[in-house]
Amino acid sequence: MNTLKVLLVDDEEDFVTTLSERLQLRGIQAQSATDGESALRMIEDSPPQVAVVDVMMPGISGIEVLKRIKDQNPQIPVILLTGHGSTKEGIKGMQLGAFDYLMKPLNIDELIKKMEEAVKVS
Amino acid sequence: MNISKWWEYITGGFLSFPDEGASPERYKILRRNIVTLMLIVTVVPISLMAFINHHQYQTSLKSEIINPLYVLANKTKHSFELFLEERLSTVRFIASAYSFKDLSDEKTMNRIFRILRKEVGGFVDLGLIDSRGIQVSYAGPYALLGKDYSKQSWFQEAAVSGAYISDVFMGYRQFPHIAIAAQHLEGEGNGWILRSTIDTKKFDNLIAAMGLDPHSDAFLVNNKGIFQTNSKFYGKVLEPCPFSVPQGTYGTYVIERKDHNGREILITYSHFLQPDYTLVMVRPRSAVLKTWFTLKSELFFIYIVSIALIILIVFKLTNIQVNRIKEADEKRELTFRELEHTQKISSIGRLAAGVAHEINNPLAIINEKAGLMKDLVEYTPDFQKRSKFLELTDSIIKTVERCRAITHRLLGFARRMEVEIELLDLNELLKDVYGFLEKESIFRDINVQFQFADALPRISSDRGQLQQVFLNILTNAFAAVEDGGSITITSWEEDLDNVATSVMDNGCGMSEETVKHIFEPFFTTKKGYGTGLGLPITYGIVKKLGGDIKVKSKQGEGTTFTVYLPKKSIRVSE
Repeated sequence: MNTLKVLLVDDEEDFVTTLSERLQLRGIQAQSATDGESALRMIEDSPPQVAVVDVMMPGISGIEVLKRIKDQNPQIPVILLTGHGSTKEGIKGMQLGAFDYLMKPLNIDELIKKMEEAVKVS
Repeated sequence: MNISKWWEYITGGFLSFPDEGASPERYKILRRNIVTLMLIVTVVPISLMAFINHHQYQTSLKSEIINPLYVLANKTKHSFELFLEERLSTVRFIASAYSFKDLSDEKTMNRIFRILRKEVGGFVDLGLIDSRGIQVSYAGPYALLGKDYSKQSWFQEAAVSGAYISDVFMGYRQFPHIAIAAQHLEGEGNGWILRSTIDTKKFDNLIAAMGLDPHSDAFLVNNKGIFQTNSKFYGKVLEPCPFSVPQGTYGTYVIERKDHNGREILITYSHFLQPDYTLVMVRPRSAVLKTWFTLKSELFFIYIVSIALIILIVFKLTNIQVNRIKEADEKRELTFRELEHTQKISSIGRLAAGVAHEINNPLAIINEKAGLMKDLVEYTPDFQKRSKFLELTDSIIKTVERCRAITHRLLGFARRMEVEIELLDLNELLKDVYGFLEKESIFRDINVQFQFADALPRISSDRGQLQQVFLNILTNAFAAVEDGGSITITSWEEDLDNVATSVMDNGCGMSEETVKHIFEPFFTTKKGYGTGLGLPITYGIVKKLGGDIKVKSKQGEGTTFTVYLPKKSIRVSE
């Protein structure tokens, strides 16, 4: 089974680093970015199989990141993270082509399941 | 200056009413002011008009009623005068036409007397009296020949003034009579007198000819107040009249007074020139003024009825008006309170959403850190105190899960404030809503049954708003049923585009009239504590979500609310 390559984007550094460490423990190749610009750069450099992006970020927002990914690398599925539950942003993100959205705090098994689904579908 | 001050005083007193806040007093004052003002502007003009009308009618009607009295009295007086004048002229004529010698002859005297009785009438006897006062010739029923009249006053008067008409006196046969006498003067100042007695039956005829009603009376009195004819009510001929009649004026007058019995009467009197008689006509005031009294009582009745009607209507109208104002004020206040409440809830909601979101991020970090700790323990083969560590990390993760549930609930509450479309399971939502009322149903022993369609398609709609809709309907159903009643919640797929839910209760039901109004704002049957906004809001939400709501109810049997919802929200693009 191929190792899954994912990119985690969240302005909370503590959150993304810990999460990526946990995913790596589970044999998933996880990279992390703490803002939209670096995330987009990293996608240019080495495209992941799936991107997990927080909606609320300073600078380039999660929705903006989603739009750019869908513009430039439409094959990469995007899972949105939100602190708001099933809010307008989540629905908007779905309409803009996000694969799904998840509520913080996350259940790691659920996240892995969603990511695998996303990769399988795309 | 003064006028404007007065005006201010009046308008300040009656037209204004206290501003809000004065509570029940305010409406009392308002009611009093309106009633006073309306009564003043209606009753005063009507009363004034009634007063003026009364006066005008009184003056004009009285003169119209009293005029005929004058006419009748005058006419009768003239008849009397004519009658007496005729008799006197006849006697005068005989005295002039015949000589003393002729009349001294008994045969001639008897012949003249016979003709008199036949042609003129009313004569009882005829006598010739010489200058010494001795009756020298006589025709008539009595034996008066040779009687000496020289000492009697009428003889003196006739000798002085040439003619004389006596007061009424009782003759030998106890019949009332008058005597008339005419003097004939001879050359040397010697004169003789022709005297005749006249029956006063004719007087009664003249009075009867006046055609008076049974309550009225007419009679003659002389200048000493003695009856010259019989009176119906006040005495017989030659008795004194019980009330005095003004003397000494020639003409006809009407006076109002009470008679000796206390009866209100109108006295019409008219004096004769010769003899000194007065014709008196007495009519009861009530009979004469009957038309006036009738009119007056009719006017009074109409006045009283209109005043009563005005007062009734003024009070009724004012009541309706003031009550309406009061109701409107109360409703306005309720709406304000409702609005305030909604705004408060909405700001609390926004605050809660903000807090929940802010807390979710640190919670996510705690979650990941604890997760990583757990992972490390799990992935390290012989970790010391492994089970203790796992227990601790699991406890942290569980606590985070609890916090997550709290923040999600807060977010759910906040979401109810705005329309947010999501895909939802209607059956689940209905169960959730019932959860709010579950305790009450157990406590009141209400049997709530669910008849849900198994494969009900999910619909896109607003969860929070739908919760409010069904909470309102269910709360109403709970209010309608008695303890131990039953409520059935049913869901089904109505057609390709719509699903439907009905809430049926076996409660008190509603009248047709109530059903017509239940979706109107401010209509409430919960007197005192209902806002009248629950169902209108419900209706508004359902319509906003593209659905429809219908109600069927029968008094005493129960009510069924049915809500139809589109599977796809018409507002999904927002």
